[in-house]
Amino acid sequence: MRRVYLYARFQRFWHWMQAIIILGLLFTGLEVHGLFIGINYEDACNLHNALAFGLLGFILLAFFWYITTGDFRQYLTEGNLLEKIMLQVRYYMIGIFKNEPHPFKKNEISRLNPLQRITYLLLTLIGLPMQITVGFIYYYFNELVALGMPPGWLGPIAWIHTLLAYLLVGFVVMHVYMTTTGHTLTSNIKAMVTGWEEVEE
Amino acid sequence: MRLSLIGRFVPVIIFSLLVSTSLSAVEYHQHIDSLSRSTADHTRFRQLQRDFKSGPEVTRACLECHTEASKQVHRTKHWTWEVPMKDGKMLGKRHVVNNFCISVDGNEPRCTSCHVGYDWKDRTFNFRSEELVDCLVCHDGTGTYKKLPPGAGHPAYKATMVENKLWPKVDLAYVAQHIQHPDRHNCGQCHFEGGGADAVKHGDLDNSMLHPSESLDVHMASGKGNLNMTCIDCHKTTGHQVPGSRYTPHASDAHGFDYPLPDDFPATCSSCHGLEPHRNNKKLNDHIARIACQTCHIPTIARERATKMWWDWSKAGMKDKDGREITRKNSTGLPVYVTKKGEFRWAKNIAPEYRWFNGNMNQITFMTSIDDKKVVQINHPDGKCDDSTSRIWPFKVHRGKQPYDTETKRFVKPKLFGPKGSGAYWSDFNWGKSIEIGMKNADLPYSGKYGFVETEMYWPINHMVAPKEDALACSECHARGGRLENVCGIYLPGRDANPLVEIIGLIVIAGSVIGVLVHGAIRYYSKRNIGKGGHE
Repeated sequence: MRRVYLYARFQRFWHWMQAIIILGLLFTGLEVHGLFIGINYEDACNLHNALAFGLLGFILLAFFWYITTGDFRQYLTEGNLLEKIMLQVRYYMIGIFKNEPHPFKKNEISRLNPLQRITYLLLTLIGLPMQITVGFIYYYFNELVALGMPPGWLGPIAWIHTLLAYLLVGFVVMHVYMTTTGHTLTSNIKAMVTGWEEVEE
Repeated sequence: MRLSLIGRFVPVIIFSLLVSTSLSAVEYHQHIDSLSRSTADHTRFRQLQRDFKSGPEVTRACLECHTEASKQVHRTKHWTWEVPMKDGKMLGKRHVVNNFCISVDGNEPRCTSCHVGYDWKDRTFNFRSEELVDCLVCHDGTGTYKKLPPGAGHPAYKATMVENKLWPKVDLAYVAQHIQHPDRHNCGQCHFEGGGADAVKHGDLDNSMLHPSESLDVHMASGKGNLNMTCIDCHKTTGHQVPGSRYTPHASDAHGFDYPLPDDFPATCSSCHGLEPHRNNKKLNDHIARIACQTCHIPTIARERATKMWWDWSKAGMKDKDGREITRKNSTGLPVYVTKKGEFRWAKNIAPEYRWFNGNMNQITFMTSIDDKKVVQINHPDGKCDDSTSRIWPFKVHRGKQPYDTETKRFVKPKLFGPKGSGAYWSDFNWGKSIEIGMKNADLPYSGKYGFVETEMYWPINHMVAPKEDALACSECHARGGRLENVCGIYLPGRDANPLVEIIGLIVIAGSVIGVLVHGAIRYYSKRNIGKGGHE
């Protein structure tokens, strides 16, 4: 067992801000969708729109940070990515129940396993940008219609936005569960709070 | 469901950022004395210092100075009761079918007590007469000038009893010397009492508007510090032409601000409030393209006085066992059955109904063949979602049953008002006879067979604008089962969903929750079986 410093202060700050914003967006968004009455519709709607701008800001900030610090390299993989992903999937499907060791060891240079890399990359580069783009099309609908977008697109845009939100809920559920698969049940979450994690030698 | 941090703290911050200071109410009318009101003191005109025997005599005196006034009035629908439409139909009070008292034709002396003229007793009325224009009904500044209900537009020249109510003699000289620009009393005499009595017809116009509280009408509220606007501040009249018509309404006004140079339609909301009336609230301003201001800002109609919602003529004519006419009233004193008129239903402080509306009212006439198998729409708003000039508007819908010709499938004009023996329904209670006489008077064919058909009639809602705090909350419409539940053609967040998306969402969320629960359970049990704490 050794303690490694995995998450820099900015990464932790960004992660938790993003977590709060995304949970807030999901909560307010699903209220606006009419699934429950939480705060009220108007506040939910205003909060949702404000949080959307916040999320956009944080994502741009994070891109800037990852590029300037070179930390984006954490997301790059050498060798056969698919094979490595399958190794990690096999671990979650079988190995974890047999108390097998994690197939990939965490260290300062490589803190993400291949499945995490591909998931977060897809989420950050495709999922969230798509959701944000669709959301902004939704928000600026009147302006876009004035520029020539067919008014009938409102429904399909809202459907896509809702569908992506449901997928995001699925991600959040699994993501939170996955935090319990570390060295101990809470070691991953502790690491995201303090920056330090106990990892296998 | 409550969320402590986001639910309470963040909205407060965001709300305080979004909301800026509110408009302060400045009284629209300065307190003014008679000198600042007019260059002329009518009490000093010799033409008016005499004894007038009749209304037309007063008008002749008015015309000595205001030489063109009657000619101007002749051009208004206040005088003609006639509105030629673009599609060739002739509408206006004189021609339309309605589901209150059905038709003016044949019932003139009663209906024309709201005509801006004298002596319209029958079809021979001279619409070109200048002296028959009634100046005083709109310009009376004393509150003492009243037209007799069945007087064909004349006031009481001597004390008169009508339906057990005394109508005192009107002092015409006194009224003529104290004239004014029309205020709410003048307009309200007819427009607050449309349909025969207070609050009956419109739902958004009744005598509670004479001195409304701020919560009833934020513009016309007459209390201290209120705006105290009158009818003609919005219905800004030039040359006696009053803008703002139910026959040619403006469902959306893309022109915006009209003041201080009214060059468009001064009676629309946007004439004063512009096209982006919600300060610092883009989403509310986005609504304006598809939602009429009235839809949110007039949350309920008939807020203080009940308006008539149902009038069933087919039930008329029942008498008690002694053969006397019946009047039954509800607990609030409103008639629910009257032998002459049939059955009524009333409603107070109710939500209007909502329809797409592009400003065209489809109006049927006495020449239209109706489908008597279903409810006949006497008029209905034209408009649909994918037409960019249509907006969602509030309407009072007045429903009822009324007579029609079962052979020609056209509405009929029964003669209602008249003395006993004249065949008038209200005296002789014989539908067949009253319809026959009414149709003959109107020169319309009648097969001799009548029935009753259910009808509905739409009245666009414009007045009783509430203070902004009382405007509809978002969730009144953005909800399943909300006010716009049945307004179709547009995606409404909070109400609408795509079933496929919802099913996929359910599968994803339920699948992931069940998945992690099962995975977690297997981990828990396998770990116990292996007998080690945690995995390496």
